[in-house]
Amino acid sequence: MTNQIILLIITGVGAGILGAIMGIGGGMIITPVLTVLMGLPIQYAIAASIVAVIATSSGATIAYLRDDMLNLRVAMFLEIGTTVGAIVGAILTGMIPSSILYWLFGALLVFSTYNMIRKLIGKTDAAPADHPDELATKLKLNGTYFDKSTQKQVDYTVTNVPGGMTMMFGAGLASGMLGIGSGAFKVIAMDTIMKMPLKPSSATSNLMMGVTAAASATVYFFNGSLHPGIAVPLALGILGGALIGSRIMPLMPTRLLRMIFVPIIGFMGIQMLLKGFGVNI
Amino acid sequence: MQNRERDHVREESKYVALMIGRIMRIGVMAAVVVLLIGLVMMMFQGGQLTAATQPHRFGTIFVGLMHGQADAVMMVGLFLLILTPVLRVVVSIYAFMVEHDQLYVWITTVVLIILVVAMIIGYFG
Repeated sequence: MTNQIILLIITGVGAGILGAIMGIGGGMIITPVLTVLMGLPIQYAIAASIVAVIATSSGATIAYLRDDMLNLRVAMFLEIGTTVGAIVGAILTGMIPSSILYWLFGALLVFSTYNMIRKLIGKTDAAPADHPDELATKLKLNGTYFDKSTQKQVDYTVTNVPGGMTMMFGAGLASGMLGIGSGAFKVIAMDTIMKMPLKPSSATSNLMMGVTAAASATVYFFNGSLHPGIAVPLALGILGGALIGSRIMPLMPTRLLRMIFVPIIGFMGIQMLLKGFGVNI
Repeated sequence: MQNRERDHVREESKYVALMIGRIMRIGVMAAVVVLLIGLVMMMFQGGQLTAATQPHRFGTIFVGLMHGQADAVMMVGLFLLILTPVLRVVVSIYAFMVEHDQLYVWITTVVLIILVVAMIIGYFG
């Protein structure tokens, strides 16, 4: 038993570090470890992954709030989209074939990967905010953060609020119906669609994904698929990892952050597309 | 004028963030303490990580706590952890209220209502 607990804690620390840095839940690390390495049934793995998302979110949020890295108003406003999306997703489950959803969301991720590679080549990360967006200004969504890697205060504006909201609704839908990728879609909504810098996008995604996961977590908690023997060591490891990750991320150059993000969402996209065809990797 | 306004918003959001951060830390620490106690108890009580079915309703968890079951303690810790995002939303409403940001008091209240409804659906689902 002790060996298993240690394996779970180590897995948690790894997933927590990566999740906190990238603004993703870390299910792509946790689920394979639980199902393949430990041979646990998939529904226990999913339940543990959902709690893992909350642990990552709450662990990382503490540091990001203190550093003023995340954008609280963007998070609150867009959470309307993710929470409504999650409920609609839960209601629609079974009405739409999940293979269609996997194709759709998989294609979206692959397209986002392509977009991000273009950004890496084009160096547009350093580009200053151009024109202020009326709706974003009205909603006080424009923000600022201190970039520890360049030692500069970065003021930014966001654009295309309706587009970001639509994507957030989709992110909620995806996590409600498929229990996947809630963090990755959130980062894409802010970074790619709303043109928010990557660091506050990741930190804000961290904050938001806890709320999206809280509702699903109650389902698994009360229907008995959440096993404390698995979830507790995992959650403790993740909280520790998220604490470490949220201290590393502000120090990382944005470009490096994006270079890690690209293969992760690329892999997730291909994985989902294949799942749509009934292939599990 | 515009700069002053922007600095004002910046100071405000910094204050709000610090306040929410402090309360989040207390919430997470509370969950961690209970989770750790439960984990240590489980290691002393032995057994399999997934063998028995764990208590997963308030009544059975309470009974488990009375009998000093590690599983019940850990479930309480996990429940506290699940509540931390809710705590964050609740504190945010108060923080925006203090800042007289009426618009975001409303936005955050809407989020809280949707979240609570979703969790209640989760409890009965």
